[in-house]
Formats: sequence, C-alpha cells, structure tokens
Amino acid sequence: MSQYTVAFAGNPNTGKSTLFNLLTGMRQHTGNWAGKTVVTAEGGFSHKNHTYLAVDLPGTYSLYSNSADEEAARDYIIFEQPDVTLVVLDATSLERNLNLALQVLEITGRAVVCINLIDEARRLGIDINLKRISKRLGVPVTAISARNKIGIEALLDQIERVATGAFKAEPLKITYSTDIEQGIAELIPMVEQTIGSRYPARWIALRLLDGDHSLLTSLKARMSRKDIPVSEEVVGHGITACH
Amino acid sequence: MAEAVIPLSEAVNGSTLRISGIEVQGVLRRRLLDLGFVVGNSVEVLRRSPLGDPTAFRVSNTTIALRREESSLIYGQLIGGGEG
Repeated sequence: MSQYTVAFAGNPNTGKSTLFNLLTGMRQHTGNWAGKTVVTAEGGFSHKNHTYLAVDLPGTYSLYSNSADEEAARDYIIFEQPDVTLVVLDATSLERNLNLALQVLEITGRAVVCINLIDEARRLGIDINLKRISKRLGVPVTAISARNKIGIEALLDQIERVATGAFKAEPLKITYSTDIEQGIAELIPMVEQTIGSRYPARWIALRLLDGDHSLLTSLKARMSRKDIPVSEEVVGHGITACH
Repeated sequence: MAEAVIPLSEAVNGSTLRISGIEVQGVLRRRLLDLGFVVGNSVEVLRRSPLGDPTAFRVSNTTIALRREESSLIYGQLIGGGEG
C-alpha cells in the first residue's frame, strides 16, 4: 500500500474542480504556495489498494503565459513532480483544451488525459475517438462526466496504471524545425550539467530558446535552495494545514 | 480567386477569416496563441462594441474580445460571411 500524488490540471471551466470534489469529498483543505498568492485545494482519495494525495492546480489555458496561476501550475508539475498529472479537458472544445495537454506531455509522460463533459458533447453530436487520441498522445485517455458520475472507475484504473508504472507511456514528442532542434541539441548537455537529470532537459532547453525568464527565475530560486533539504510536507486526510 | 490578407480589425461583422499571420510579440502573443489565434485557424467577427473597440471574435468555440491594438496585428484571409 503506497500513496501517490495526483495533480489536477486543466483549462478553467472544464469541471476540474467538480471532479476533484467528487473524488476527495470532504477530505480536503486549502493549500497555499509559498511566495505566491495562488490558493489551491488538496485532498485525498483511495482506489483499490492505493491512497492518493490530490492537488487541484489553478485552472489555466497554458503553462507559458506567465500569470501567477500558470507559473504555479507549471512549477508544481516541474518541481514537485507528481506521480500522475491528470489533465482534465472539456469534451465540447477539445481543440483549445488539447493545447494544455500537449504542454503537460512535453514535460512528463506520467499523465492521464481525462475528457470531461462527455455527456454534454454527445448531446451536441460530438463524437470522440478516445483510442485514436490515446494512441497519438501516448498516454491513457478516458472520457467522463464528473457531474453525472460517469466513467469515474475507469478513470481511477488509468490513474492507478500510470501511478504504479504498469502503464509505459510513450508521450508524443513534438519535432520542431531544424534550427530549433539544433538549438535544443546544443543546450541539452549544458542544461544537464547545470541542473542534473532531475528535471526534463529537453523541455527546459525549449523554454530557454523561447526566452522564458519566468522559468529561469523559478529554476534559480530552486537551485539556491538546494542545500536545504526539500521538505516534503506530509498531509494527512482531513487535516487542515495552514502554511 | 485568392483573397487578400487583411488585419482582423478591418474585417466586417459576420465575416470569417483564416488566420495567416500574427505580428503581436511577447507575452501577449503567447496568450493569443493559447486562446486559439494560431495560423490556419478560423476566426469569426461577431460584433463591435458601441465605440467600435474592442471587437468580439469567435475562435476555437470561444468568444474573445480584442482591442484594435492587437486585432490590427493579426492577419487573415476572408473565407466567408460579411458583405465585404
């Protein structure tokens, strides 16, 4: 029996928090990230033999636009490295929602894509080929309705497969233009030398090429804290923590 | 007939354009891309506010209002609608 961390990511208004509340029930409390005015909820749930710590990240369209919410969501996925990142998408506007899913998959393959509001989409005549999306993305994709509690067991099974490592993800790797790929290839050894292999070097190289100062700031802050042991906050179910 | 490329700010209400270029730079460019203003995507001009600015656009199934400052830097080809 082990505990895994699951981060909930998604665009605003995708029903991400509805799903979060459904799974964690009353076993949640409000968390706050140090130095940021971003409030998030944490809670717990269990499925079969495992317990999960659920972290509800702020709803964002992207991880790159540098609002406080997006920085918080990005930093959590990069630095806290949850066992599973659950990307919640709105079935009725997949095209826009998949943007965030791709951004997450460029960081980590430890992800499950959860297409919410599937009943709403069906009503609108939208037919979604889950198998095909899953094949393209290289991670499990499942459809649910959080509001009507459809597909939740299957979703939990997929979360378990990714958490335990039973599912071997082959996340979609985007190949960029020759110039960019060359830049990435040049940067990766330097990135690995500077920060080690703990963080996804290709992704960080890409962000550097993009001139993402906000990520650099976060990285520097992390590195200067390196001598202090990373304090893992142990949060139990139903415990209200103020920090 | 190949349609001319015009900025979104010049398109009439009800017209639909296929985005061909985005000249907006920096953080705002990133935001616009995230919201669906990407090359190849179509945008519908919904309506203008009483003073003519901002204008509401429909992109990726969402309504987004842009100021002339931004919409004049997003270019597209007219692919339908509008009397223009």
